[in-house]
Amino acid sequence: MDTSRSYLEPSSFSKKMAAAIIIVYAVITLIPISWMVMTSFKNVDSAISYPPEVLFEPSLEGYVNLFTNRSRQSQEYLDSLPAPENWYEELVRSREMVITGPSKFLGRYSNSMIIGFGSTFASVFLGALAAYAFSRFRVPLKDDLLFFILSTRMFPPIAVAVPIFIMYRKLGLGDTHLGMIILYTVVNLSLAVWLLKGFMDEIPKEYEEAAMIDGYSRLQAFFKVVLPQAMTGIAATAIFCMIFSWNEYAFAVLLTQFNAQTAPPFIPTIIGEGGLDWPAIGAGTTLFLLPVMIFTIILRKHLLRGITFGAVRK
Amino acid sequence: MSVKKKFKGLSDKAVGWLFIGPTVLLLLAINIYPLVYAIKMSFTNFYANKIGREPQFVGLKNYIKVLNKEAIWEKMQVTASFMFWTLLLQAIIGLGLALLLNRKFKGNELLTTLIVLPMMLSPAVVGVFWTYLYNPQVGLFNYVVNFFYDLGSFDMIGSSTLAPWAIVIVDTWMWTPFTMLICLAGLRSVPNYLYEAAEVDRASKWQQFIYITLPSVLPFLLLALLFRGIENFKMFDMVVELTSGGPGSATELASINLKREAFEKWKTGYSSAFAVILFVTIFGFGNVYVKVMNKIKER
Repeated sequence: MDTSRSYLEPSSFSKKMAAAIIIVYAVITLIPISWMVMTSFKNVDSAISYPPEVLFEPSLEGYVNLFTNRSRQSQEYLDSLPAPENWYEELVRSREMVITGPSKFLGRYSNSMIIGFGSTFASVFLGALAAYAFSRFRVPLKDDLLFFILSTRMFPPIAVAVPIFIMYRKLGLGDTHLGMIILYTVVNLSLAVWLLKGFMDEIPKEYEEAAMIDGYSRLQAFFKVVLPQAMTGIAATAIFCMIFSWNEYAFAVLLTQFNAQTAPPFIPTIIGEGGLDWPAIGAGTTLFLLPVMIFTIILRKHLLRGITFGAVRK
Repeated sequence: MSVKKKFKGLSDKAVGWLFIGPTVLLLLAINIYPLVYAIKMSFTNFYANKIGREPQFVGLKNYIKVLNKEAIWEKMQVTASFMFWTLLLQAIIGLGLALLLNRKFKGNELLTTLIVLPMMLSPAVVGVFWTYLYNPQVGLFNYVVNFFYDLGSFDMIGSSTLAPWAIVIVDTWMWTPFTMLICLAGLRSVPNYLYEAAEVDRASKWQQFIYITLPSVLPFLLLALLFRGIENFKMFDMVVELTSGGPGSATELASINLKREAFEKWKTGYSSAFAVILFVTIFGFGNVYVKVMNKIKER
């Protein structure tokens, strides 16, 4: 749609003013994020210096601390050890510590990946099926069913967490990847159905009807004609589901402990000596936020469209 | 409809059920069943950590207990004021930003993407790193405030007067882009001929704003606030990591209190009653809000 305003186009002065204010806002709003990324490259001392250091000597201490467990040792003991084998051991030794093993971060991060991708795939797949049926067929009580699907999003997670906790304990799904994948799939399903229905409505019926006249069955027409057409919508929906699963905290902290816990409940527990280890937390945060930021910037068109989609259609 | 028979494979009806079935079954199992279970438990004295003990039916006792507890009303008040300030600020700033972005200057799209970044982040992780920014000794936030206006040492999280503002600031920072995006969608949906007609009628820019722009963007703004309202009523993750409800109970929102009763004291019966009350509240307010919103839209 052409939205240019011909002679109503705002004046170049007012455009410049608007741009200036927006740039100032964007800079201010990005300061907290940039500060965390900067902190991840500081050493422990420079992270707690005051006034806060804007210029500092970069260090990978935060990242080393994030991936390792360490213990403090006496100078004599350190002297008795053979020379450090690599740069990170040397860095830890200079702090009078030795590496005792890898930390849990990598495991938590890969849990986030497994659960994030698993649940995204499942909710988009199931959501696409349901959305197609709602879009094309006469479903009894369609509007009630659609509202029911949406209303499941209103429950506070804590309210259903106890029953789910008990149910999962009985079924043996507690603290498992499968259990969390199922849970996140269901939480995302309502959004997936609503978003995808909008996209399916836009694909002309004639496409699959033509395919069916050519001898495709309804199922074949869906998979070979409709799904490829709906790819934009599926991408937008998938990003939303992925971001939700990736960021989710309440269920993860209440329902998982050792086996299937994701990164969000883990990052706050990174503790150094005498308080929180800010560079390590910064490093964990940076690595955790990185995929989402890259996603957002690369797929911005789909994303912005998806966010405003529901609103525009009403 | 008679052509249906000609196509091979399953009938449309079968495909329909096949496609919708799994979604409805999953929602029933993981969403509705727990809710029904919670409602059932709210009438008992069940403790989820005491496995052997048979729960007993206690009627409305849990509900009476919740509603008569003064502390619950304090939590509701904390939640209400958190919602009031976050929604107000996000409405004003979000709408303002949308109006500016709608001028379509160069680099508009890139700036929109950058502004949107905070809302893509994990609320729990955001909560953690703001504790660093708010740190009274080394925090960047405190440094910047003191740079412009010397307040001396102050503790956003440790002081019970400042902590409620600490969570309002973070929520506003994070979610203003959401209101902004929805408002922007609203602004872009206003047909140009309305402005052109107004120009012909010699309406001033200010009149155009009051009589055309504002009424068309209002339904979108209200919708954005509905979504944010529901989310902030349930707010848990960011605040837990930022203040964990403290100091004392200055930022103990309803959800945080619910989590303490349900997962620390394990009072399943009592906390289920509280959960049901919260659910009914949000559902009731949501319904009234939607009705009012639709009235405004019709005008």
